[in-house]
Formats: sequence, structure tokens, C-alpha cells
Amino acid sequence: MPADTAGALAGVAHQPGVDKPDPILVVEGMRRSFGGLLAVDVDKVSVQRGLITALIGPNGAGKTTFFNLLTGFDEPDAGTATFDGQSVSGMSSYKLANKGMVRTFQLTKSLTRLSVIENMKLGAKDQKGESFLRAFVPFIWRYQEEEIEDRAEALLERFQLSHMRDQYAGTLSGGQRKLLEMARALMAEPMLVMLDEPMAGVNPVLTQSLLEHVKGLRAAGITVVFVEHDMDVVRDISDWVVVMSEGRVIFEGPPDVISQDPAVIDAYLGAHHDAPLTEEQEEQQIARAEAELADSEDDIT
Amino acid sequence: MNLGSILEQTISQAFGVNAMVFAMAVIGLNVHFGYTGLLNFGQIGFVAMGGYGLGMSITIFGWNPWLGILVGLVYALIFALLLGVPTLRLRGDYLAIVTIAASEVLRILVRSTTIAEWTGGNTGITNFAGAFYQFNPFTERVYDFGPFFYTGPNLFILSIGWPLVLLVTFLIWQLMRSPWGRVVKAIREDEDAARALGKNAYWYKMQSLMLGGVIGGLAGILLAIGNSTVQPDYFVPVQTFFMWTALILGGVGRVWSPIVGSMLFWGLLTATDGVLRGFEAEGWIPRWLMNASQVGQIRFMLVGLGLALLMIYRPQGLFGSREEMMLDAR
Repeated sequence: MPADTAGALAGVAHQPGVDKPDPILVVEGMRRSFGGLLAVDVDKVSVQRGLITALIGPNGAGKTTFFNLLTGFDEPDAGTATFDGQSVSGMSSYKLANKGMVRTFQLTKSLTRLSVIENMKLGAKDQKGESFLRAFVPFIWRYQEEEIEDRAEALLERFQLSHMRDQYAGTLSGGQRKLLEMARALMAEPMLVMLDEPMAGVNPVLTQSLLEHVKGLRAAGITVVFVEHDMDVVRDISDWVVVMSEGRVIFEGPPDVISQDPAVIDAYLGAHHDAPLTEEQEEQQIARAEAELADSEDDIT
Repeated sequence: MNLGSILEQTISQAFGVNAMVFAMAVIGLNVHFGYTGLLNFGQIGFVAMGGYGLGMSITIFGWNPWLGILVGLVYALIFALLLGVPTLRLRGDYLAIVTIAASEVLRILVRSTTIAEWTGGNTGITNFAGAFYQFNPFTERVYDFGPFFYTGPNLFILSIGWPLVLLVTFLIWQLMRSPWGRVVKAIREDEDAARALGKNAYWYKMQSLMLGGVIGGLAGILLAIGNSTVQPDYFVPVQTFFMWTALILGGVGRVWSPIVGSMLFWGLLTATDGVLRGFEAEGWIPRWLMNASQVGQIRFMLVGLGLALLMIYRPQGLFGSREEMMLDAR
């Protein structure tokens, strides 16, 4: 964790819903239920500007649902959201993206039958040629299109995808698709990038490169929120960690203290994982082990 | 059996009014499905809207024929809005269900006696195209083109229709190379990805539905002028499926496939008809297998068989790229 970022949150208490000194995103009272199941029930979360915040939790904790609510891909039953000082409650996904909050997906959504460069160019905002009537008059948008193409090529270079420029995105490997999706999100010049499991299904070598790219976002002043399972990744790159369990935020704090917090350990391992066994259970286990031993001896003779 | 005359028939059908009207309607379908991924199974409804819009405004409302063309296009536009508003927020299949139902509802509605005073009931609307034919330079009854011929009125509508088809093809080609086209193609690939990048997917799908629908309406106007009539029973759902056939034959999402697909479809239909009738007349087909009155049905079976084979050996159609097609399977 870099020293300056540690400074920004140095005095912040390690407790759920704590206020941050300079929040870019604040959600309050966000609830979403599916039938009888309350999937997300978050009282308050605020995200510090310019840092990398990890959202972790065991399977079924409601991370992805929460993520979808934040990005406008799902509508909450209740709750408010403020992004960069403006209320964005109930705002649809594409408007949020235009305001500077761009997300990626757990299952990468590369636009298969478009070329890599077209994928990239799609990401740019405020394109004049995206209006129906102007689309027929190329000289209105041609100059902007060239600018966008230059920017796209620079990003492809940075993400080491230049050699795939004119290939269909569908021909990329899983890891390359993750890279493409991240690069494409950057084309929209976001303030906040939301990454849904950016490392899932990526080989270790590429994971390193992806991690560097995520750190690069922070260096460029972009705020990052990401969902992740891999604790090594979380420890390596995040400045702040929000832990969810059963739809609620149960802990917040810097990555080096989360693994010591009893609430987090309980959420991941169950409340009684290290409680001593009763005598009866112990006897049953011994009996089972002996039976197995006897079986294997039978096999030998 | 006269092979020469079958060939003449085939060529004259491939360039005929049916193929021309189809080509136009299939361009619209290609905008919907080929570029935007919208499953429209009611394209014939848009064609009907165009034809009836023109026919009604001339004969019922007594308006200027040129205004009638505009009315036909507006009818198709309204039809697109009616179908799109409730369905385009939902998953793609809903549009498919609603379009096929709506096009059939529309046909039954216009042929019903209740509103026959506006739509002419089951006989439709006739004799309204005269105003356009005063501009017809082809005043002779029949024009010979070497082996085949067209009647004067036919040649008139063809000489307007085919250039119009080429013009619309060019405009769509231009549009799909623009950033607008990139957005609709992105929506075809993955709507959520487009939304995550700030594109209003709903509005783009609506624009595409309206554009393809209006092109369908234009096809209906050409049909109405060409035949000087609109009759409800032309607009049956099977026409939409023929249009899909033509589109797939040419290759989905390709510039030239609507034109070539439509020409091939009508050409093949005519050719199989001619060959079957020829075989039957020569006595090469045993009576227990097929008689002359069954030719009409059997030729569709053969066309169906041909399509099945096409799907097996060339699923991307004539112009499609197999490489691109295979990407979907991953």
C-alpha cells in the first residue's frame, strides 16, 4: 500500500459504513430482495476518491447484486446513491456510464463479431456520429473518429493488444478479453471504474499484468472498485476493503487487518470452525478412520 | 420440356416485381436482425402498413398521391413504435412473439368487415395508382428484352424500384460504417456491454426498428403501386418467412445479401416450378408420386430441402464469412 494513499484513510475507523474524507460514491439504505431473500441490505458505504477499494465476501454474500445496483444494472427496492456529489439514485446504467462510472463484467463481454479496434472505439463518449442523422454525413464525425482511433491505438499498445487490432474480438483468449474489456472501459475516460472479478479465470502470468494495469489506473487518478475472491490479489492492490456477508457490510478496513477481524473470519469459515469437538463426534471420526484402514488392508490381501 | 423458356421465366422473375419488393423489405429485415440482432418475425406487417397507408390516403381520404407515400411511411413508423415501446426493454424473444402476432392481427383487422369502409375488407383497395402511371414513359403494352419481356406498367415500377433498392442499400452501407452502426452492432453482440459504455441501447434498438420498418413500408408502397392494389391476403406470415429465407440465403448482416438473396429466392422458386411441370408433362414423374396440381406444394418442399442443405454446408449464406459465423459457437 503506497504511503500517500495510506495517509488519506489513516484516521478512518475500521467499521462498516464509516465516512471517508473525500468520497466519490456514497450509497445509503440500499436494499434489494428477490422474493423472500434479502440479497442486499447495505446501510451505508462510501468510496474514497482516487483509491482502490475491494469488495469481498464469501459466495452468496450479495457482492455482484450490490455491484449491479451500484452500476444501474439492477434497481434497488430502496436506497440512495450519490456519485461525485450528484444524486444518481435510480439512474439507468448508460447514464451512469456517461457520468463517468464504467463497469466491466465477471463473464467478459467482448463484442465477438466486432474487431478489437471497433470494440475500443465503441467505448469513447460523446461521439457525434452516433446520432442517426449525422451518421449519414461522414465529414461531421470523421475528424473525431480519427482522434478516437489514435487514442484507442495508444491504449491497445499499453495493454499489449496492438497485434490483435484487426482481429475479431471473438478470437481473443479469455485473458486477452479481460484486458480488452478494461482497455475499452478506459476509452470512456471514467472517473470510477467498477471491475467485477477482473482476475477470474485468468492465468497467473496475466494476473500479474492485470494487477499492474489496475495499479496504473490509480496512478492515473482513477478510482477503482473491484469484486474479488482471491485474497492475495486483495492484499496486493487494494487500499481499503469492504467485506460483505449475507447481504450486509460486516467490516471495513485496510487489507492488512481484515484477516484478523473475528467477524470476517466467521463469515468466511463459519462461526464454529475451530470449536473443539464433543467426545461423541471424536469417537465417530476414529471409528470411520479405522473402518477405512480395514478396507484398504482387505484390498492388499 | 422447354429448358430455354424455364430459364427465361427464371431470369424474368429474378428481376421482377416480387423480387424487387422482397429485396427492399429484406434490407429492412437485415437492419433489424443482421445489424441490430432484433428478431422481427412480422416484417410483412410493415409492408402492409406501407401499402395500406398509400391506398387509404388516396382512395379513402382523397389526398395527394405523393402525400400518400409519406402516409405509408408514417404508418410503418407508427407500427414500429407500437411494437417497440412495450417489447424492446425485454429480452429479444418478446419482440419475435409480438411482431409475428401483430402482423397477423393487422392482416385480420384490415380484412374484417367492421372497418371495410376504410380498408376495403377482403378485397382490399384497388385502382389508386393511376396518378403515378401518368408519369410512365413505357406506354407500350410489352417490352421485349431478348429472351424475356416485361409489360409496360411492370417496367415502370421496376425502373423506379430497383434503383431505389440500390440507393437504400448504399445508404445502409454508409450508415453501418458510421459510429451509429458500430453502436447497433455492439447491441447485437451484447446489449449490456453497450449500456455499460454509456449507450442507450433501448433508444438505438427503437431507431433500428423504425428504420427497418420504414424500409419495409417503402417495399409495401412499391408493391401497391406495382400491382395497383393492396389485398389483405398477400400479407400472410409465410411472406415474412420467405423474406427470412432470402436473407439467410444471401448471408445475414451483409450489404448485398438482401438483393441477391431475394433474386435467388424468386429465381429458384420459378425454376423448380418450371422443371417440375416439365418433368410432369414429359411423364417422368409417376402419377402416384406427384400430379400437376401438386407442383406448387412440392416446389416449396424442394426449396425447403435446399435451405436445409444450405444450413448444413454453407450456414453463413452466400456472402457471409464462415470465420465470423464460427465465433458464435465459442
